[in-house]
Amino acid sequence: MENIGALAILLAFCLAIYAVIGSVTGKLRRNPFLIVSAERAVYAVWFLVTVSAGVLVNAIMTGDFRFVYAAEVSNRAMPMLYKFAAWWGGQAGSLLFWSWLLSTYAAVVIFTNRRKHREFMPYVVAILGTVQVFFLMMNTFVVSPFEMLAVGKAITAVPDGNGLNPLLQYPAMAIHPPMLYLGYVGFTVPFAFAMASLITRQPGDGWIHTTRRWTMVAWLFQSCGIVLGMAWAYHVLGWGGYWAWDAVENASLLPWLGGTAFLHSVMMQEKKGMMKVWNMVLVASTFFLCILGTFLTRSGVVNSVHAFAQSKIGNYFVGFLAIAIAATIYLILDRLPYLKSEAELESVISRESSFMFNNLVLLASCFAVLWGTLFPVITDAIQHEKISLDAEWFNRLMIPIGLFLLVLTGVGPLFAWRRTSTDSLRRNFMWPGIASLVLVATLAAAGMRNFYALISFGFCLFVALAIIIEFYKGTKQIAAKNEFNFAHAVVELTHRNTRRYGGYLVHMGIVLMFVGFTGAAFNLHRSDELKVGDSIKIGSYQLTLKSTHAGENDNYLEQDASVEARKNGEFLGILNPEERVYKASRQPTHEVALRERLNEDLYLNFAGMNGDRVVLQSYVFPLVDWIWIGALTLIFGTLVALVPSKVKREYARTQVVGITSAVPAEAGLPGRPRK
Amino acid sequence: MKKYGKFAALVVVIVGTLIWLATAGIKDNQTYYKTIAELNKMGDQAYSKRLRVGGDISPGSIVRTASTVQFLLVQEKLNLHVVYDGSDPLPDTFRDGSQALADGKMGRDGVFHANKVQAKCASKYEAKPGGRPAPAPVYPNKASL
Repeated sequence: MENIGALAILLAFCLAIYAVIGSVTGKLRRNPFLIVSAERAVYAVWFLVTVSAGVLVNAIMTGDFRFVYAAEVSNRAMPMLYKFAAWWGGQAGSLLFWSWLLSTYAAVVIFTNRRKHREFMPYVVAILGTVQVFFLMMNTFVVSPFEMLAVGKAITAVPDGNGLNPLLQYPAMAIHPPMLYLGYVGFTVPFAFAMASLITRQPGDGWIHTTRRWTMVAWLFQSCGIVLGMAWAYHVLGWGGYWAWDAVENASLLPWLGGTAFLHSVMMQEKKGMMKVWNMVLVASTFFLCILGTFLTRSGVVNSVHAFAQSKIGNYFVGFLAIAIAATIYLILDRLPYLKSEAELESVISRESSFMFNNLVLLASCFAVLWGTLFPVITDAIQHEKISLDAEWFNRLMIPIGLFLLVLTGVGPLFAWRRTSTDSLRRNFMWPGIASLVLVATLAAAGMRNFYALISFGFCLFVALAIIIEFYKGTKQIAAKNEFNFAHAVVELTHRNTRRYGGYLVHMGIVLMFVGFTGAAFNLHRSDELKVGDSIKIGSYQLTLKSTHAGENDNYLEQDASVEARKNGEFLGILNPEERVYKASRQPTHEVALRERLNEDLYLNFAGMNGDRVVLQSYVFPLVDWIWIGALTLIFGTLVALVPSKVKREYARTQVVGITSAVPAEAGLPGRPRK
Repeated sequence: MKKYGKFAALVVVIVGTLIWLATAGIKDNQTYYKTIAELNKMGDQAYSKRLRVGGDISPGSIVRTASTVQFLLVQEKLNLHVVYDGSDPLPDTFRDGSQALADGKMGRDGVFHANKVQAKCASKYEAKPGGRPAPAPVYPNKASL
């Protein structure tokens, strides 16, 4: 079996190389057969990678621990779901998973475009193929998942595997990595289209129209992945937080920020023909950040709690990135005349300008996070001393950036294209503005003194109202015209322009998440040693330790505390924070007791025993649940935006961006495009 | 040109603010990676800077009280007495024998006061019977987060 797997992956590697060469030669020699054969090679690559992945998964599922990989990441007792998840639980397997996802994306892209974009599809195939070759090279020659233990020769047998870390045996954790990978890998597709369109000097924005959905899908997966990671950290890890600006967390945030900037700035190109160079830079940067993220997670360059096994694969990634970045810069510079903007900025208070500032700030935040993450590497290179930056530094920068983006979320979509009249400003923003000022004044009067929290709540209300008013106005019109009831009219309105109203829903999700983030300004915490019968107060809660209990089962030893919670005297229930020590791995885990409510969470952690006393850590986290609600809203909004609009909108300029006609004549460029 | 002036002014204000935020007081946010040996050689400097020191947690040395956790960090036969008094619960991977990184300041009393501790499990795979070295100590931590 292992030979089939290894052979399949080697063949896939060769075929991927063939796809790249065949595609480019076919295009240059104008040989359609060669082009088609290259596309078929991509399907074959998918088949072969699937076979080898099947071999690996089968080995894990059936407990064939001759496979080094299976022995490392699985054991017999694990439930099937986690055995399957063990596919991406370690280095070699997760890289194979990367390859498999990429080959799947590539096959789908080629199938859906088999009759479209013939002029630049060969290059799309070549670029996807090149990335595929790189990852298959890693799978075949560098970190093969098909390494075997010499069972039967030096070793008699391997009774059982290492097992997946118990902390990871949690449903959200089983789907979190694939979500992130789907995002990481997905950004390869818009990148390939953008570059192919550059190489062939395409007039127009064909690549943008084709890849808009791909980008949104990748972005959606990336968002899901990040939020699942946060939720898992909060509910399972028991450190009471969801984000710590750890290097690996940052690595997943970077392409998300880049992708978000790209999703916004392509609208400028679609509707106004502006920011063409910028979009190329953004789509390429997002792709590079994805590769960088994959690299940071694995190489151990930057110290992280999520450390993967340290390995030498870093050099390969650095090499790949360097070549890809150099090639992209060359391409963009060489094709600069084809990326000339067709319109100019007219006013600071316009949709264009709000997009521009959105991009500026997203990119600045991206740069800041990257800088902070790589700071140890940078200082090591310059001063030969590794210096890291703490979470406080990130917060100091990212909170104002986040608030600025938040307010843009509200005002941007309501600015008109080109310029906005003071009258429309007043009409759109007066009531939300007044309401949020009232809110801030009330909160301040009630004793809230946290500056950022006040600003944030004010902005949240402002943006939320602006969005609701937008929905309300449109709905009222449709309801009056068609005599629909209100709910029907909302659906109709959204369906007519899913991009716009889906986008509003995504913005609403972001607002709700900000409400949740702001709650962190009011977190409470205390840590106590308690005897049975002792009481403590935290916030408006009284906690009394009622009893402790110890037990064990086949899997683990456990110890827990029964804590009675009362709020202003009223009995709320018994909470049971627990500490387990798994027998097989001797790994302790803490099962926090959590009382989740919309206004605040009560969070208890059993930190251990000191003699006969329980060390209990108690926390109150206000508003945290709104992060998860906001995330769900964001996902729903993105799905809405993916549904085709009922009314097809034509933008006067989108179809006619012809470089061939417009640019050389106007700008007096030397020579027409060669194709 | 006037409108470009406005844009430029806004961009300068935004970028300037961010640079100011990023650099002002950055010294307080910096943490220096040191080995225990380096730490011992630092002299008076050791007391002023925030440091990050790594090592193995000496088995049996962990003592928990309500507000602190004390333990002994061992690196290349050198010991460091650490007192953790941060507010976050310690990670589940924090236990006897695991590798830990302590963030904090060196006290004049010779005790390292950490306000953050990260921990990574050591591999549980020792050598396999039959002489072949065990698989690389990959502890399948998270694929990525």
